[in-house]
Amino acid sequence: MEILKEEPLPPEVPTLVLPNTEDVMKLGDRLDGVRLIILDFPKFTDGRAYTQARLLRERLGYSGELRASGAVFIDQLPFLLRCGFDSFASAERGFGEALAKARTLFSVVYQPTGDGRATANELRLARRSAVAA
Amino acid sequence: MPDTHFYRYDDYDRALVRERVEQFRDQVRRRIAGELTEEQFKPLRLTNGLYLQLHAYMLRIAIPYGTLSSRQLRKLAEIARKYDRGYGHFTTRQNLQLNWIKLEDAPDALAMLAEVDMHAMQTSGNVIRNVTADHFAGAAVDEIEDPRIWCEIVRQWSTLHPEFSFLPRKFKIAITGSPNDRAAVRVHDIGLRLWRNEQGEVGFEVIVGGGLGRTPMIGKTLRAFLPKDELLAYLEATLRVYNRYGRRDNLYKARIKILVHEIGAEKMREEVEAEYAATRHSALKLAPEAIDAIARQFAPPPLRPKRTRVPEVEALKLENRAFALWLKSNVAPHRVVGHAIVTASLKPAGAPPGDASAVQMEGVADIAEAYSQGEVRVSHEQNLVFPHVAIEALPAVYRALERLGFAEANVGKITDIIACPGLDYCALANARSIPVAQSISTHFASLARQHDIGDLKIKISGCINACGHHHVGHIGILGVDKNGLELYQISLGGDVDFGNTALGAILGPAIEADKVVEAVDALVATYLDARAEGERFVDTYRRIGAQPFKERVYGNP
Ligand code: HEM
Ligand code: SF4
Repeated sequence: MEILKEEPLPPEVPTLVLPNTEDVMKLGDRLDGVRLIILDFPKFTDGRAYTQARLLRERLGYSGELRASGAVFIDQLPFLLRCGFDSFASAERGFGEALAKARTLFSVVYQPTGDGRATANELRLARRSAVAA
Repeated sequence: MPDTHFYRYDDYDRALVRERVEQFRDQVRRRIAGELTEEQFKPLRLTNGLYLQLHAYMLRIAIPYGTLSSRQLRKLAEIARKYDRGYGHFTTRQNLQLNWIKLEDAPDALAMLAEVDMHAMQTSGNVIRNVTADHFAGAAVDEIEDPRIWCEIVRQWSTLHPEFSFLPRKFKIAITGSPNDRAAVRVHDIGLRLWRNEQGEVGFEVIVGGGLGRTPMIGKTLRAFLPKDELLAYLEATLRVYNRYGRRDNLYKARIKILVHEIGAEKMREEVEAEYAATRHSALKLAPEAIDAIARQFAPPPLRPKRTRVPEVEALKLENRAFALWLKSNVAPHRVVGHAIVTASLKPAGAPPGDASAVQMEGVADIAEAYSQGEVRVSHEQNLVFPHVAIEALPAVYRALERLGFAEANVGKITDIIACPGLDYCALANARSIPVAQSISTHFASLARQHDIGDLKIKISGCINACGHHHVGHIGILGVDKNGLELYQISLGGDVDFGNTALGAILGPAIEADKVVEAVDALVATYLDARAEGERFVDTYRRIGAQPFKERVYGNP
């Protein structure tokens, strides 16, 4: 199993391991001081942790490491990244190279999420006002 | 002048579709090389429209809001010829299915589709599916606003949605812009109905949790009036509640309708509203310029008012009875004087409903170019529609359709049957569907008789998965299995049209295949005896109840 992440954390960081049935909106002070949250994909077809991730990042403002674990495969990467995951526990061969490419696999996104990418609509509006100016 | 009167991709849309094809090409390569297991590959191919059937792969191509340019239709014909056996099948969800695609060809077929700004994304799998709309959109007399503007906005938002690509189950959205609902919005996971409130503002009624299948349900109104610019915020809130709480323990209980049923519409509304309150002022709120930019592309074609009484049409009406009947059943009023909406019947007697050959598709494209502003629609009744035809062109259009075998004057009539593939093609079936449809359509082949019987919708499914929508047929026919016998259960009174959504009620014990035509005949005879002036079959049924029909079919106890 490889752990891939942007910056390695010391092993004793305050960590929260959550099942995908956990209501993250009710974590309250359990989030205090936490620097690593590990979310679970019991099957890769079970997408509940995507919602947990977005709520943690976008609603609760969590800025620590967010790791996807369990059934985590290459083809989920574009979605995982857009939902705010920045670290991955995956046993799949070639995962590291895929991660490097995943950010540029799609040059266009339609949905605003917390990842800060400009959506197609935002780019269209910007282009239109540039033309108008 | 632009060549279409609906949304045209810009370079962003094109880039995304192309990148998606390349991603899938790589996934297919990894599957063939054994780097991906079938279990891993399955959801990847499904969300690219590739379905594994009994004998081969099937490619389901999205026709967003059922709207096609003639150029796109020609490309579909070309793909059918090159990668399939020269046929396609138009489905009840405004998709086109090709039944004999090879896995290794699929990426090239998708690349060909991308050349005409089309794709097969999200036509299968547990994702938000191709969004459907009224097939008369942009032409109907009763329309408040073109629903396709909103379908396109939803199409973009739902495409590769990072949070909702692994939902508990598939998710279908339909939108209508007319009070006479032609998009069956009450039997979708989410149905949206545009309407104008007392203040004169246009917004959406949001209906959630409808569906057919094993557990048919009529959707509940979660919100009576939603401001249009908050549509995506409300949809995202609803999908988020579903993604969190929808059941994943049982395939048959995983649709949103079960969640709504189990927690109740009240609780569902509370959850969705709470989520919506948190996101309604986020970036999901649509800027007026963003809405306008899309709406402008759906600007209607510049049709000039024309003659409504055309001597050649009147003459042909007198001379050709079939043409006169066709005008009644297959031609609907258009909002511009002197124009009409023409429906081509893909249900010629005895043929599998919804099938079209590559040659027929090209013929339809020719007609669209010559007479309908280059535009074609696919209806959820599996017919094709020419939305903008001048009345003076009707004789020419009729003759051209006759040559293609699509001029049957039976739209909305007893032989305009929806039937699922059934036991002839489907592994899950209890009974055959297509032969039953064929025997009914042969029995009632006389056009004069069909027109005397009037509007009557028969829908046939070969098992409880209800692909043939039998629950909402005026007469529904469901194949059931009793100790290895193929039997058929009849239900009456279902409806999805014009806002009268109702589920049919079972008439009595299931009957044998060779008794089905006789039973339908008895139902029709009961109606003809009892009908009051202007009543359709289903109106008479509602007025007099099931008893007289039951007695006629099963005899007096
Ligand atoms: C071999 C062919 C087919 C198989 C094995 C098949 C299988 C199924 C199954 C298992 C369901 C139920 C899914 C659920 O409840 O969530 C379903 C639903 C459905 N199928 Fe098919 N199907 C086939 C062909 C078709 C065709 C050709 C059409 C259209 C012309 C069609 C239209 C539908 C529709 C509209 C539903 C949805 C009912 C609803 O969601 O309320 N199916 N199908
Ligand atoms: S209704 Fe049943 S028999 Fe018919 S296509 Fe669907 S799954 Fe097959």
